[in-house]
Amino acid sequence: MRSEGEAGRASEGSPEDVPLMKTSKDPTEFSWYFLLPCMIFLGLVFVYPISFFLLRTFFDPHPSLMHVRHLFADPVFLKVYWITFKISFIVTFICLLLGYPIAYLLSEVSDRTRNLLLILVLIPFWTSLLVRNYAWMVLLGRRGVFNNLLVQMGIVDAPLTLLHNTFAVTVGMAQMMTPFMVLALLSVMKGIDRGLVRVAESLGANPFEAFLRIFVPLSLPGVGSGCLLVFIYSLGFFITPALLGGRKDVMISVVIEEQVSTLLNWGFASALSLMLLVATLVFFLVYSRFFKIEQIG
Amino acid sequence: MDLLSIDRFEESRTSLGKYFFYSLCALIFVYLVIPIFVIIPISFSSAKYLQFPPQGFSLQWYADYFGSRTWISATLVSLQVAILTMIIATILGILASLALVRGSFKGKKLLFGFILSPMVIPVIITAVGIYYVFAKIHLIGNVIGLVLAHTVLALPFVVVNVTATLQGFDITLERAALSLGANRLVTFIKVTFPLLRPGIISGALFAFITSFDEVVVAIFIAGSRAATLPKQMWDGIRIAINPTISAVASLLIVFSILLLLFIEILRRRFTKWRG
Repeated sequence: MRSEGEAGRASEGSPEDVPLMKTSKDPTEFSWYFLLPCMIFLGLVFVYPISFFLLRTFFDPHPSLMHVRHLFADPVFLKVYWITFKISFIVTFICLLLGYPIAYLLSEVSDRTRNLLLILVLIPFWTSLLVRNYAWMVLLGRRGVFNNLLVQMGIVDAPLTLLHNTFAVTVGMAQMMTPFMVLALLSVMKGIDRGLVRVAESLGANPFEAFLRIFVPLSLPGVGSGCLLVFIYSLGFFITPALLGGRKDVMISVVIEEQVSTLLNWGFASALSLMLLVATLVFFLVYSRFFKIEQIG
Repeated sequence: MDLLSIDRFEESRTSLGKYFFYSLCALIFVYLVIPIFVIIPISFSSAKYLQFPPQGFSLQWYADYFGSRTWISATLVSLQVAILTMIIATILGILASLALVRGSFKGKKLLFGFILSPMVIPVIITAVGIYYVFAKIHLIGNVIGLVLAHTVLALPFVVVNVTATLQGFDITLERAALSLGANRLVTFIKVTFPLLRPGIISGALFAFITSFDEVVVAIFIAGSRAATLPKQMWDGIRIAINPTISAVASLLIVFSILLLLFIEILRRRFTKWRG
């Protein structure tokens, strides 16, 4: 009871509820009607198609749990999920390893240098996804840039198989997701008080120790949001695994596309999508619980 | 060792650490940026297939691109779809943002999350769902279908940009206009809109590029009659690596860097102007 009373008082005291200028209707306020066009649009072109498609999991061709059972009975499909999670996890880890130093550098330098270096981070972010994947195909192919260099320098005798395997998918996805990680880390690192690190140093910690024990713990919120973000996006990756991946380690999005385009197995594609959607939403709920969703852009 | 030399030792160690750190960062930047630029020299190659280092110099792949009806029509379709998407997404996005930031009703956070959800939901699911429904109402293989689908994907970017601008907004300027006798519409056009313009422009550009680069939905619903540039490239890459794509890709790289620089300049002018 006591806590309830306190909560009531707290909300009464919150600034939004103070009727400062609201003696009559606030003229700078906008009605919820303004949301209507957007909501109707999303309802028709987004919610309706997706739910209609996902419902086929249970109604194709007649009401049953056939597709769900199929999915859980066939180890091939469970393995696809496992591979998707595994690749996403590895990609997230690599992005953290690569993104942390860059974000640290960006948070240390002057505003001018930061803006310049940020452009380097944003270039891959802005270049068409297809172009970036194509670039990796050109680099990693049998007659690609790397193999040419390796053979010419005499490091290997015959070209290596660098493309159409998990290695290529991981390398490509990590390059595409690292900018997201850098931006998430940077937004937290910029707010860290460097005075604390200097205090630790003046109290006898060496710079590395001060960094490890003061700076790193303070940057953990950025690590959390960056990792969750990269992981969520990685789960649904389609273009990179389709173009750089092989037949062995397929990711879930590629299987969904195949079920729809080649096998025309809508019910099963729908069951696979439902599982992917549930996984994505679970991680997204965790994200929105701890972090501001505005930052996903 | 006396104290001074310990100090020097420490200093040299930290500067060594610094050099190591800087070269590490340089390597990471190389990994992030260089792969993209490898395409550009290759696109000027005179060889008949892709190779690196490129041999000779020719504009054959560019000539191929500009001389091909399919590539040019794909480019025009992409531009048309992206411009229409940008217009619709921007209008819907501005209206929604005004309500989300200035409205006083329950569940704003939830609705905001809902509008952003096309960004989070795996695009393959959105694409297949839209394909499934659009196929029934004959919206496959035409520009309208593409514009509708792309607007879904572009809306979140407009809303994120416009709500961010609206939030850091001095509401007293509008109050001043209103108290001086302007009505709400005039206030919006003369005060609110100009202040929102940077957010609207960057949101609109995001919407444009989202549509212009979009592949997954286009693969499903563009068909061959309304093939967009990314769809055409996708087919070209998947079926056989057609070197013309290196020319198209190079043009796209230059195009997106110009857009990025434009947005950066805009953002900086805006932040400077705001102080």
